[in-house]
Amino acid sequence: MATIEDTERIRSAADTSRVMVEVRAMHKWFGTFHVLKNIDLRVTAGERIVICGPSGSGKSTLIRCINRLEVHQQGTIEVDGIELTRDVKNIEQIRSEVGMVFQHFNLFPHLTVLENCTLGPMWVRKLPKGEAEEIAQRYLERVQIPEQADKYPGQLSGGQQQRVAIARSLCMQPKIMLFDEPTSALDPEMIKEVLDTMLELAETGMTMLVVTHEMGFARRAADRVIFMDEGEIIEKNAPEPFFNNPQNDRTKLFLSQILSH
Amino acid sequence: MSVPATATPTYPPGQHPDLPPPPGTAGVIGWLRANLFSSVFNTALTLVSVWLIYEFVTAAIDWFVLDAVWEAGSRVDCRKQGDGACWAVIAIRLDQFVYGFYPADQRWRPVLTFVLLFPALAPVLFDRTPYRSQLLWFSLAYPALGAWLIYGGLGLPVVDTDAYGGFLLTMILGVTGIVASLPLGILLALGRQSRLLAIRVLCVTFIEVVRGVPLITLLFIASTMLNYFLPPGTSFDLLIRVLIMVTLFAAAYLAEAVRGGLQALSRGQYEAADSLGLSYWKKTWLITLPQALKIAIPGMVNVFIGLYKDSTLVVIIGLLDPLGVARAVLADAKWNGLSNETYLFIALFFFLSCFAMSRYSLWLEGRLSVDDR
Ligand SMILES: Nc1ncnc2c1ncn2[C@@H]1O[C@H](COP(=O)(O)OP(=O)(O)OP(=O)(O)O)[C@@H](O)[C@H]1O
Ligand SMILES: [Mg+2]
Repeated sequence: MATIEDTERIRSAADTSRVMVEVRAMHKWFGTFHVLKNIDLRVTAGERIVICGPSGSGKSTLIRCINRLEVHQQGTIEVDGIELTRDVKNIEQIRSEVGMVFQHFNLFPHLTVLENCTLGPMWVRKLPKGEAEEIAQRYLERVQIPEQADKYPGQLSGGQQQRVAIARSLCMQPKIMLFDEPTSALDPEMIKEVLDTMLELAETGMTMLVVTHEMGFARRAADRVIFMDEGEIIEKNAPEPFFNNPQNDRTKLFLSQILSH
Repeated sequence: MSVPATATPTYPPGQHPDLPPPPGTAGVIGWLRANLFSSVFNTALTLVSVWLIYEFVTAAIDWFVLDAVWEAGSRVDCRKQGDGACWAVIAIRLDQFVYGFYPADQRWRPVLTFVLLFPALAPVLFDRTPYRSQLLWFSLAYPALGAWLIYGGLGLPVVDTDAYGGFLLTMILGVTGIVASLPLGILLALGRQSRLLAIRVLCVTFIEVVRGVPLITLLFIASTMLNYFLPPGTSFDLLIRVLIMVTLFAAAYLAEAVRGGLQALSRGQYEAADSLGLSYWKKTWLITLPQALKIAIPGMVNVFIGLYKDSTLVVIIGLLDPLGVARAVLADAKWNGLSNETYLFIALFFFLSCFAMSRYSLWLEGRLSVDDR
């Protein structure tokens, strides 16, 4: 039997041309506030995308639309070939294939670390307990906290909690991982441990969409960097030209602000 | 009372050892000093309180125990024997206080039902009960078993519900009300948050209407009006009608306590559950409800205690709960005038049961917070 890592590598190697996320002419409003404007985005298997932009520009809203935590009103979103519609079964199916890591971890405080990780596999994937625990243990090892399995989230540091949250998502063996500012609620000394985990994940060929202000991570891991402002995608480019030779004035301004300290 | 700084020796940086606290600031003496004798005023207050408590307790012991009369034929007889409490009235009518008019030769049935309540409750209340999962099946069967034992049929002689009275009736109302209102209250709370407008409106209307009227009016409706709403020719037992009303009443209040818990959860909990692909019911059962119920425990126990005590209102529509028994006893020419003893006795019974519930809820809160801190 192939290990999980193997299957992942095989999957990603086989399908690098496969479109995992396809957003076309998508708009979203909060009430009358036009928060996302005509978004077009295509992500192929194994691609790592970093999304940056000033606060309130709609970054979170965009990636939350991809697993339907927010509902768009116009245009289409397809995830791995399935279009997001109002169909509840469809949505649950897509969500089970898309992992999400939140700024504030959102671990389930009443469950142990292990239970946090086995919950999805057992209740969504319907795996037997033993198998789910095996998977959980393996991913906890991969994020380097197997020894914390029986603790409760409240007993862990922020960095450890975020790594558990990543493991929890990975236990569902998702095809895509979404990260919404995974390090911005962390103390400086913990940011590195989470970024290292994410870098390692990037190396396995996982398809990732990451909202972050960590430009170091973008340089090292991203295939493309997307800059958003006021609900629009202003600029997208590979990290090298994006940072060294930004085209748009707003991108330049943003980069000068974020890199100046 | 701080010790002058010069009294502590100095140490080189990074070498300060752990020292014991100054004498008289920790332990029993420290506690007494800090809490009871911290100032002249506090000391005076402490002394006055001690004196008051002493006076009250000695007087109470005299009345309740030392001067009390335990056996007598009538009130007059009692007064001849001593001027404390006349517990003889309780002793002579104890059976009625406990069972109402439940036939004497069948009383083993409610007793057995009561005894079985403990193994039925234990696995539900205490997660470390031995053989918990097997016992839970017994808990599940208990309501039917209890109803059969108390009412009869299937080989047992039937005892009609109008014979039930006293603490037996209180227990029936309290236990049934609590057990039945919990699931209903949870469903109402969930319904109130539903995305489906029809369900939401239905639940809100129900909760607001039931919360907006006094229980006593619902009981009157149960005793008189309910028959109008039922198909003609059907009539069902007054006790069952009262049970339904008590349950609905408690469920409306419970729903609000549970809703408070659900709303106290961060949006992130719902989103994290959603993003795993959990369905609504799985999300509710596994993630949101367990956390919400934990937050709602104090409020829910409040509702249960209220329901339990409000069950005494059934006396007004003619059911023979302990207060009904008390009325009957006090109407007896031989005993009238002994309302202190009678009502204190009933109060003691209610206090003990409610105190037990309240302690249990405190214990449970502590138990659950040990888990995730
Ligand atoms: N549920 C909501 N209802 C109404 N407005 C919202 C809602 N969520 C977000 N917004 C608004 O939409 C805009 C975009 O929000 P979003 O969270 O996507 O920004 P962001 O780019 O992630 O910013 P940040 O860097 O601060 O996280 C903001 O102006 C925000 O106030
Ligand atoms: Mg955001």
